[in-house]
Amino acid sequence: MSDPIIPTDMGPLIPRNRAMHPAAYDIDYKTSVPRSPKWPLLSMESTPSEETGPRFGHSLIGPMDNNLIINFSKDANKPAIGERVLMHGRVLDENGRPVPNTLVEIWQANAGGRYRHIKDTYLAPLDPNFGGCGRTITDENGYYEFLTIRPGAYPWPNRGNEWRPMHIHISVFGHSFAQRLITQMYFEGDPLIDHCPIAATIKNRSQLDRLVSALDFSKSRPLDFLAYKFDIVLRGRRQTMFENKLEGM
Amino acid sequence: MVQKLDTLVETPSQTAGPYVHIGTIPTFAGNPGIYPEDLGLRAIEDGAAGEVITITGSVIDGTGWALRDAMIESWQADAAGKFPGQAGADAKVNGFCRFAAHKDTGEFTLRTVKPGKTPMRGGGFQAPHIALWIVARGINIGLQTRIYFEDEDNSADPLLSRIEQRNRVDTLIAKKTGDGQYRFDIRLQGDDETVFLDM
Ligand SMILES: [Fe+2]
Repeated sequence: MSDPIIPTDMGPLIPRNRAMHPAAYDIDYKTSVPRSPKWPLLSMESTPSEETGPRFGHSLIGPMDNNLIINFSKDANKPAIGERVLMHGRVLDENGRPVPNTLVEIWQANAGGRYRHIKDTYLAPLDPNFGGCGRTITDENGYYEFLTIRPGAYPWPNRGNEWRPMHIHISVFGHSFAQRLITQMYFEGDPLIDHCPIAATIKNRSQLDRLVSALDFSKSRPLDFLAYKFDIVLRGRRQTMFENKLEGM
Repeated sequence: MVQKLDTLVETPSQTAGPYVHIGTIPTFAGNPGIYPEDLGLRAIEDGAAGEVITITGSVIDGTGWALRDAMIESWQADAAGKFPGQAGADAKVNGFCRFAAHKDTGEFTLRTVKPGKTPMRGGGFQAPHIALWIVARGINIGLQTRIYFEDEDNSADPLLSRIEQRNRVDTLIAKKTGDGQYRFDIRLQGDDETVFLDM
């Protein structure tokens, strides 16, 4: 499963700036109320348990894995219904370096806002040709792409009349287990973003803006698909000349 | 004004939501066939060195209810304390595993080998442990914690030593329930809230 890694001490992870993330408890997102720890987290410098992590080789990925339009039907003549969208971007770390060869997974609702999941009973129909998940591994420059359809907005039980903006869920590994990140990509111009209590768990507006993908004509293909750019930044490693390590930067 | 820092800020987390299984363990979500098999199905392959153990537990909310929709990932060293990818590591130990709370009972099960103690930067060892990462609907940023073992010597572990309230140390220690069997419940809130980590 794992590709070999070099057991060089790359330095501890930069401690997470939790002010840039949602708090565990947010009264407007009701499910967080009973699921949020109340005691402070135990902070400590990372150890090899956090600094190492699973690696996945390119051999894991099938040729259709990052094409959600056909990876469920497995048939180019049976594409998913919806507005065709290229989602693309780079995975970087806090030091601005690309994160190459890392697994990126996505999942989403179909064009009507319905998930293919045993627990989703929304009245919008399933698309027989849409599964709603994809995966890829970043290239040597940290770049990734998915071809998919624009997911629909959907209602959900929270306050009286709640709708999620169009969004794609994203899971990224990085190279350290404590770089693990799950987040959501929104779409430029969606008016529902400003009404969503899940988006609003992020109190820093410029941080929330970073989850809104930009319409990108430079990658849009005429007569085929629109592109949206979404870069992702993972935690970095601290390297100074004054730490006990084997190699410099 | 001061010089501009050229470091980037980490992308903010968002909840994994109720349908996290579609993207991470699609067969569990009822969608087999997109990939040959789900990622992280096994922490170990047949022939892994060391004691094979099974850890069972639940993720319990502040009301005492076991979550039915939690998704957990684990990462650990092999029986000799080497992480996958390090020189000399046991090739039969994947180290990584993904598992979900059962949709009806909320119970999860992790089958693996008991890890060895692992060296710290700057000297010393950590007691055998398994790192966990827990995500679910209502969890806005994935929760880090660890499983230690009651039948190991945990007395010099640097993380456990930092817990000021010694009555909370037990929340990180799996209880032996039988031969190779352990119980480890994760309490998100309330009495006996698990110690969660910021590392
Ligand atoms: Fe969603």
